[in-house]
Amino acid sequence: MEIWWRALTFTLGYNTSLVTVGSMLLGAAGGMIGSFVLLRKRSLVSDAISHATLPGLALAFILAGLWQGDGRWLPGLLLGAALSAAVGLWAVQTISARTRLGEDAAIGAILSSFFAFGVVLITVIQSMQVTGQAGLTGYLVGATAGMLAAEAQLIALCALGLLLAIFVMRRSFLLVCFDAEFARTQGVSTGRVDLLMLLLLMAVVVIGLKVTGLILIVALAIIPPVTARFWTDRPLRMVALAALLGAAAGYLGVTLSSVQEGLPTGPLIVLAAFALFMVSFLFSPWRGVLAALLAYQRFRRRVHVRQGLLALAREESIFDNLTLKLLQRQGYIRRDGVATLPGRAAARDAEHEERLWALYRERHPDDALQQEHSGLTPLAQVLSPDAIMALEAQLPPKPEGGR
Amino acid sequence: MSDFMMFSLVPLTVAVVISMTCALLGNFLVLRRQSLIGDAISHVALPGIVVSFLLTGTLASTAMMLGAGASALGTVAMIELIRRLGRVEISAAMGVTFTSLFAVGVLLLEWHQASGVHLDVEHALYGNLESLIWFDGTGPAALFDPVALADLPPQLARVVWVGLVVAAFVVVFRRQLILGSFDPDFAASVRSYPALVDLLLVTMVAVAAIAAFEAVGSIIVIAMFICPAAAARLMTNRLRAQIAWSQLFAVVSAVLGYLLAGQGLGWLGFDVSVSAAGTIATLAGVILLLACLWGPHRHRTGVAASP
Repeated sequence: MEIWWRALTFTLGYNTSLVTVGSMLLGAAGGMIGSFVLLRKRSLVSDAISHATLPGLALAFILAGLWQGDGRWLPGLLLGAALSAAVGLWAVQTISARTRLGEDAAIGAILSSFFAFGVVLITVIQSMQVTGQAGLTGYLVGATAGMLAAEAQLIALCALGLLLAIFVMRRSFLLVCFDAEFARTQGVSTGRVDLLMLLLLMAVVVIGLKVTGLILIVALAIIPPVTARFWTDRPLRMVALAALLGAAAGYLGVTLSSVQEGLPTGPLIVLAAFALFMVSFLFSPWRGVLAALLAYQRFRRRVHVRQGLLALAREESIFDNLTLKLLQRQGYIRRDGVATLPGRAAARDAEHEERLWALYRERHPDDALQQEHSGLTPLAQVLSPDAIMALEAQLPPKPEGGR
Repeated sequence: MSDFMMFSLVPLTVAVVISMTCALLGNFLVLRRQSLIGDAISHVALPGIVVSFLLTGTLASTAMMLGAGASALGTVAMIELIRRLGRVEISAAMGVTFTSLFAVGVLLLEWHQASGVHLDVEHALYGNLESLIWFDGTGPAALFDPVALADLPPQLARVVWVGLVVAAFVVVFRRQLILGSFDPDFAASVRSYPALVDLLLVTMVAVAAIAAFEAVGSIIVIAMFICPAAAARLMTNRLRAQIAWSQLFAVVSAVLGYLLAGQGLGWLGFDVSVSAAGTIATLAGVILLLACLWGPHRHRTGVAASP
């Protein structure tokens, strides 16, 4: 607990702090680019990209190992990873564009066969006389524990650069995400913007390999944007929020992993992101599950009260228990079901409102259709006062038999 | 010969059976554009297996299969919940679900590493096909020797059983599967319960993934669900023929892959053997590549063949 606190407050040494800052920048970059990719509905392309890095990683390791006896040379590994990820990305694009196979099959095929080839190369490495082999498995599930300061600096710098690049490109990304046709008329080359988007995604994935590992890096590009979507309907706000959430996940995950020796970073970052997601999924006041349940209950009560009042106005008896309870609670009826004075007044109002609505629907059927929950919202919220007066003037006299 | 019987017969058979099983189901996944369900489920097999290992303490029990199957169904339920209640797009919902569950699996695994468990992330990914040695398989006579047969690695029987169950499923539900794959609305209107068949299909995928997972690791599972079926889709327009092609591709990649992994580099003068599961999956990818380049039906219908 105490160690965690020290990690949280950046007092656990230079390396840990550097790694923490690097992961936060990475999370932010992943969240930002992921938002655009999510809006473009291509989230799982990142899965193919990340798995496709493995053969490049392994080849770079072999080459570096043959050259200098130790395969762990981060810039070389990242370059190799980027190259093979680019090949994988190109293959996914080509397969889904040129053949009849869907993008899902292309993604699945590329991620599995590239990853498998990487595994073959890794078994080749295991039979070679190269040191630093243990470092390679760190790329599968992420390991920041033994990271060198130079490596952490490289990752942090690259993440910062990516963040800036995404920030600069945000307008064109947005344009292409929402209206590719319009973007084309504005002289934006959608193909090029799409490609740039995926290349930036690829860069984030490659930089993040060392931190979260190649299987889990997709989570950084998927979970924060999905979480951010629960809190806003404005795209740029969503991107900013996703960046914040990604940074928070990186911060929590890395600091948690420093609590105990050997705790893998990747899973902890992903689980931190998932915890943030669950909170938003359940409790977001706009799109959360709880909010939806509450809204449903509120709507149900409104329908029951309205129907109850109408029944009172028409002097019909009420049998529904919920209706009786609600009317009683609001003081509209006594316990024996007889309407009180305020109840009668409210019933009269409700009936009047209902007749006005019926008339409005009859005269202006198209306008009435536009209204959500038409009939339940007070007409005064929908129409201007003089429009209501005009309607009231046209109201037919009440049929005999009422009060 | 006895070397072959002892070291290669069982792994080869297991690889072939698993590949055929996965490729069979893969046909329907590819047609339904649900290939990534196979991907998601084989990721989730890891936490399923780890949790049931922690609960039961063994690696080879039916309880474990049940637990892992339940976790796969739980995954599908979770994806659907996130998709419907949260109004999240399906691929994103899948991404959220399987990465988090996989993270749980890795974390649990690392947590219990200290207690000497013979299970690690690499094993789960690459499998351990080469370790399925049949010690009593000393010659052809052992095939008819009940004592020697009883010593066969248990994975073989399990894999064969799962293969038979999956084949039976496909044969029994072939009408519903085909209808649901091509026209779910029509299938619903003639009461062939597409939703129920969907769920059964996913369950079968999970069962196959888990049986395979233990023997050959999860990469080969994903590759076999998708690559042979996708390649077969480029070869023909008829479902029967497509299934036949996919089975052929599966067998070819399993047999060739296993042989190449053991001997391939030896022919080039290196004395090393590489991961069999990895080679098999790579070959499946290569077959798909060839089909993409030269498959007779590789173009979308209605699109003119580009020069």
